[in-house]
Amino acid sequence: MEQKERILKMYEMMYLIRKYEERVNSLFLQGILPGTIHQSLGQEACAVGMLFDLEANDYVVSTHRPAGHALAKGVPLRSMMAEMFGKSTGCCRGKGGSMHVGDIRVGMPPAIAIVGGGLPIAVGLGLACKMKGTDRVVICFFGDGASNEGAFHEALNGAAIWNLPVIFACENNLYAASTRVDKVMKIEHIAERASAYGIPSRIVDGMDVLKVNEEARMAIERARNGKGPTLLELKTYRFCGHSRTDSCRYRDKKEEEHWRSRDPIHNLRSHILQEHIADEESLQVLENQVLEDIEESVQYALSSPDPEPEEALKHVFYGE
Amino acid sequence: MPNKTVTYAEAIREALREEMRRDPAVFLIGEDIGVYGGAFGVTQGLIEEFGEERVIDTPISEAAIAGAAIGASLVGMRPVAEIMFFDFMTLCADQVVNQAAKIRFMFGGKAKVPMVLRSPVGSGTGAAGHHSGSLESWFTHIPGLKVVAPATPYDAKGLLKSAIRDDNPVLFVEHKLLYRTKGEIPEEDYQIPIGKGEIKHQGKDVTLIAYSIMVPRSLEAAKILAQQGIEAEVLDLRSLRPLDEELILQSVRKTNRAMVIYEPSKFGAFGAEIAALIMEKAFDYLDAPVIRLGGEEMPPPYNPNLEKKLVPQVEDIVRSVREMVI
Ligand SMILES: Cc1ncc(C[n+]2csc(CCOP(=O)(O)OP(=O)(O)O)c2C)c(N)n1
Ligand SMILES: [Mg+2]
Repeated sequence: MEQKERILKMYEMMYLIRKYEERVNSLFLQGILPGTIHQSLGQEACAVGMLFDLEANDYVVSTHRPAGHALAKGVPLRSMMAEMFGKSTGCCRGKGGSMHVGDIRVGMPPAIAIVGGGLPIAVGLGLACKMKGTDRVVICFFGDGASNEGAFHEALNGAAIWNLPVIFACENNLYAASTRVDKVMKIEHIAERASAYGIPSRIVDGMDVLKVNEEARMAIERARNGKGPTLLELKTYRFCGHSRTDSCRYRDKKEEEHWRSRDPIHNLRSHILQEHIADEESLQVLENQVLEDIEESVQYALSSPDPEPEEALKHVFYGE
Repeated sequence: MPNKTVTYAEAIREALREEMRRDPAVFLIGEDIGVYGGAFGVTQGLIEEFGEERVIDTPISEAAIAGAAIGASLVGMRPVAEIMFFDFMTLCADQVVNQAAKIRFMFGGKAKVPMVLRSPVGSGTGAAGHHSGSLESWFTHIPGLKVVAPATPYDAKGLLKSAIRDDNPVLFVEHKLLYRTKGEIPEEDYQIPIGKGEIKHQGKDVTLIAYSIMVPRSLEAAKILAQQGIEAEVLDLRSLRPLDEELILQSVRKTNRAMVIYEPSKFGAFGAEIAALIMEKAFDYLDAPVIRLGGEEMPPPYNPNLEKKLVPQVEDIVRSVREMVI
């Protein structure tokens, strides 16, 4: 794929994630969806930049904030929207909900909402890739907050000593729920923690999809070639509350404004127009198509059946 | 005695506030409990009064939270730790099970661990498999740990005060669906003793044994059953360990029938302990086998209809009691 085409594809995916999240939020506000949501508004460049060059049979491990990762990994939009509604056509058949979307058929186990819980599993996926003699790789997303769990440290050490094809992608959005990262860490960068385990790391501008993608490609290549794990710290920001009910009282408005001015989608759009990668009209065509797809997915979800009551007790054990 | 109406969450907050004012050794530690006020708002306003020194926001490090509470309690502090969701107790289980519960015994009685670990259980919020767990039964299996699970604001406040003043590690089990429920509490200081249950509704036909969220559901069921001519006695255990055996046995000797109602999956959970107790000590009084009405054998699902099926609802209690009595 030519670079221009790649940029347009990245833009399209980021736009899809943004609009998907906004649509899901509006459905929540209408009281149509159960549960809660943790959205990735503002962090789209991380998901897209990291996952753009993964193959379908590579793996991604995600968190309680998984929608962007899932869409970028190729979990079908319709099945994600249906999952939000708890429908039987959802990617987890209505059993997982917003915090657990995924689809093992496209290389994404259901997202893991125990903070830090995904990291050791990513190590296991990487171990299997290596044991089976494949050149598959694993990208494991986690937050700044997760790096304070013991599981983070155990996982990094494991991946390092076994030289596994795992890329640890830390989305450092400065907060774990209400807790600012500088309150719970004495070092400035999570990337510094990698050196304790002998893992190379890079600090990346998580608001710039092209920069994220460039670093991701290098880390993926290292992993594919048996050179072991990498940690990428993506500096980013969420443009929304931690969860549906969070009004962000703990965040400084100036800080929010600063990061909003770095909106990864807005800035990429300007770049596309400036560099004549596409013109306004063709961008609008692309954007309208995304919006149509999202509306279509909502209709699909609405017209899908709820799981039968008997479904409740299914899938507890294999073979039943 | 002037009374006031508060929510379950407010009652817990009052107990924390009053105990912190009374005893400088009491402090709070947990994730997002400061300005954020905790995931369910229970500790709102406390950091403003007591400051960051005594309302400690932590990294997301459950093992360190529980361990720090244990260590501090060993040398004279009285920490109240919060684990944001009970599901995350698994991440500090070593500290709770292998350390807090055993330290006193392993030191031959030369140390004590006066700490409280608060955490909310329960499904019903659409939070699915990682945020809806009810794992309290696991911890009732551990000698050295006390486990309490109040159902009303009154009991929550009184029990939390007792828990904070107790010299043993106490697991304080809250329920998400109870946080906004209201009830009366007195203005003045009071405690509910750990290990004492209470009959919340008198009846003569069957004893419904419950704790936490299943108490209001059982009371609701008792009302419906009364209209159908069945008088159910509703017994609130309040403490799971130590257990108020005598209260249970007395009631069963009177009604000759018992049903244990609880949210955790039925198999291997706390209800079996109650059933066994009744069989061992009141077998001759029974007119029917003791029934366990527990949760279904599945993890918590997201879809609200499936989620409802997971846990005994009022109509399930009514139906099961009718099947038992008629
Ligand atoms: C083990 C565990 N502890 C606490 C929580 C509650 N919780 C959910 S998300 C979250 C904050 C996570 O912060 P971070 O890792 O930075 O990810 P972000 O939410 O910023 O994407 C917390 C405390 C949890 N889900 N699991
Ligand atoms: Mg974060």
